[in-house]
Amino acid sequence: MSAGPGLEFENEIAQLESKIASLERQTDRTDEIDKEVRDLRRQLIDTLREVYGSLDAWQTVQVSRHKNRPYTRDYLNLAFDEFVELYGDKHFGDDRAMLSGFAKLDRFKVMVLGHQKGRTFKERAACHFGCAHPEGYRKAMVKMRLAEKYHLPLICFIDTPGAYPGIGAEERGQAQVIAESMFMMSRLKTPVICVVIGEGGSGGALGIGLGDRVAMLQHSYYSVISPEGCAGILWKSHEFASKAAAALRFTSSDLTRLGVVDDVIEEPLGGAHRDHHQMASRLKSYLSRTLADLESRPIEALVDARYEKFRRIGVFLDEAQMVDSPSQD
Amino acid sequence: MSAVDSKPIDMTQSKKRGVPEGLWLKCPGCSASVYKKEVAQRLNVCPKCEYHFYVSAHDRIAQVLDDGTFEPMNEQLRSTDPLEFADRRKYAERLVGEQKRTGLTDAVVTGTGMVRARRIAFAVTDSAFIMGSMGSVVGERLTRLVEFATEHELPLIIISASGGGARMHEGILSLMQMAKVTAALARYDESGGFFTSVLTNPTMGGVAASFASLGDLVFAEPKALIGFAGPRTIKATIGIELPEDFQTSEFLLEHGYIDRIVTRKNLKTEIARAIDYCGK
Repeated sequence: MSAGPGLEFENEIAQLESKIASLERQTDRTDEIDKEVRDLRRQLIDTLREVYGSLDAWQTVQVSRHKNRPYTRDYLNLAFDEFVELYGDKHFGDDRAMLSGFAKLDRFKVMVLGHQKGRTFKERAACHFGCAHPEGYRKAMVKMRLAEKYHLPLICFIDTPGAYPGIGAEERGQAQVIAESMFMMSRLKTPVICVVIGEGGSGGALGIGLGDRVAMLQHSYYSVISPEGCAGILWKSHEFASKAAAALRFTSSDLTRLGVVDDVIEEPLGGAHRDHHQMASRLKSYLSRTLADLESRPIEALVDARYEKFRRIGVFLDEAQMVDSPSQD
Repeated sequence: MSAVDSKPIDMTQSKKRGVPEGLWLKCPGCSASVYKKEVAQRLNVCPKCEYHFYVSAHDRIAQVLDDGTFEPMNEQLRSTDPLEFADRRKYAERLVGEQKRTGLTDAVVTGTGMVRARRIAFAVTDSAFIMGSMGSVVGERLTRLVEFATEHELPLIIISASGGGARMHEGILSLMQMAKVTAALARYDESGGFFTSVLTNPTMGGVAASFASLGDLVFAEPKALIGFAGPRTIKATIGIELPEDFQTSEFLLEHGYIDRIVTRKNLKTEIARAIDYCGK
């Protein structure tokens, strides 16, 4: 699958892809043309390996935002056997930036929550580009409670630039609902799996991010702040976004090293946007395996382990453990 | 998550405005020149308009806790710059600079103390230390405090002042402190613990979107800036002027997110009274 209009660092890849496509379109294919196609394909694979084997942080951000990257709804179509969409927060409205519903995956009946960015411009406008309002998090909480009540494991797909910054969002308690959603998730008596599938933007991501397992797709990122936002504050200009991206250490390998994510799901060569089916199939097998593992554990043990998992995160020096402790009781 | 663009208004700003240092202050609330000593005598509240100025963590302890009852906990924790973060300045150097400037080791002070003879677990963040932002040390100190309060069945009071939210310089680790402290509060809540969150100017971003919003009771000082996204970010996103009282304590009270607006001089009394209703 072609990646479509692409990213600057993909120029060479795009050229190869278009050359191959134009050769393949020719009606009178000769052996020579076939051979050329084969050679070009080999060259394409080598180039993809080279480029995608060493994406820097800023390139990773661009891949995670690629307009052909699969979104929550794509995975619901491709990786699940059924999706029964459930709407509404039973309070104010229905946030299109937060999808929810029952779904079947292999033998498992689950509840799925996920940010949705929207593919067409119309969808994107309706979804606020994946930026949820408070009703999105309230909707998530209503569905979490339902999942808990009927012992449905919860799967959360994280893909947001951040929670929506606006007047209505503040009026309706954006900070409050993100806090409450985390609070609820931390004690939820059903297995919870969270997967960052694209952008893990700050509090808006973490609002559905407290799971027994937290995974990331290989070329997604998960950060305290967008690289542009960080650059704007600390470098005083958005132009330093690539510098900020590197400084924030938010790629899947960084987060594995920092003990924040449990698993990284490898993307197809050249990124998830090149092969939705293969990506969905890898995601499905990860979810199926992980659900089987989590379901085999007693729920109390799971909730305790979830607490300990987040309890351990953080890096600091505790001098009391290193020097003779002064006489304290 | 960071909302650093909403700078806390502190006394040092008076320097920039050319008001002679030492004797007079220009009040950000009413623009009047006020006698510094008089402001200090009134717990850093403007005598003309009741604007609540910045209060350091240590002054806050003196204002809220009974004299000499505060016993600090986990002061030995230090940030280690896990990302080796550098913007225009190295984070490691920034930390040392902030420690020297404020006399604090990080942006939160935690411990136990008495409020009118009621024993409590207590924390206060100081907006002067890297915008009162939360990194690993702030998250760890708060979590240990909440766990201590759970174990010893103590009422918990956290006074927040954070323009920075989750601290950018520690990246994802800062974001995860929101989850960590929140999870500890959820366990405290299950055990029947009583948590009063006091929001002061400013309480923004990841601090607002975690522990600060989770009090059984949420108090706010008058006219504090409280919210999720920074006002400049919102303005840049939606491109229209923001309402005048937007993201103030009064705005939040009107929209139903705050139990009471409490003036600084009444804070101690109000906390003690709340504990009498709800504490164990």
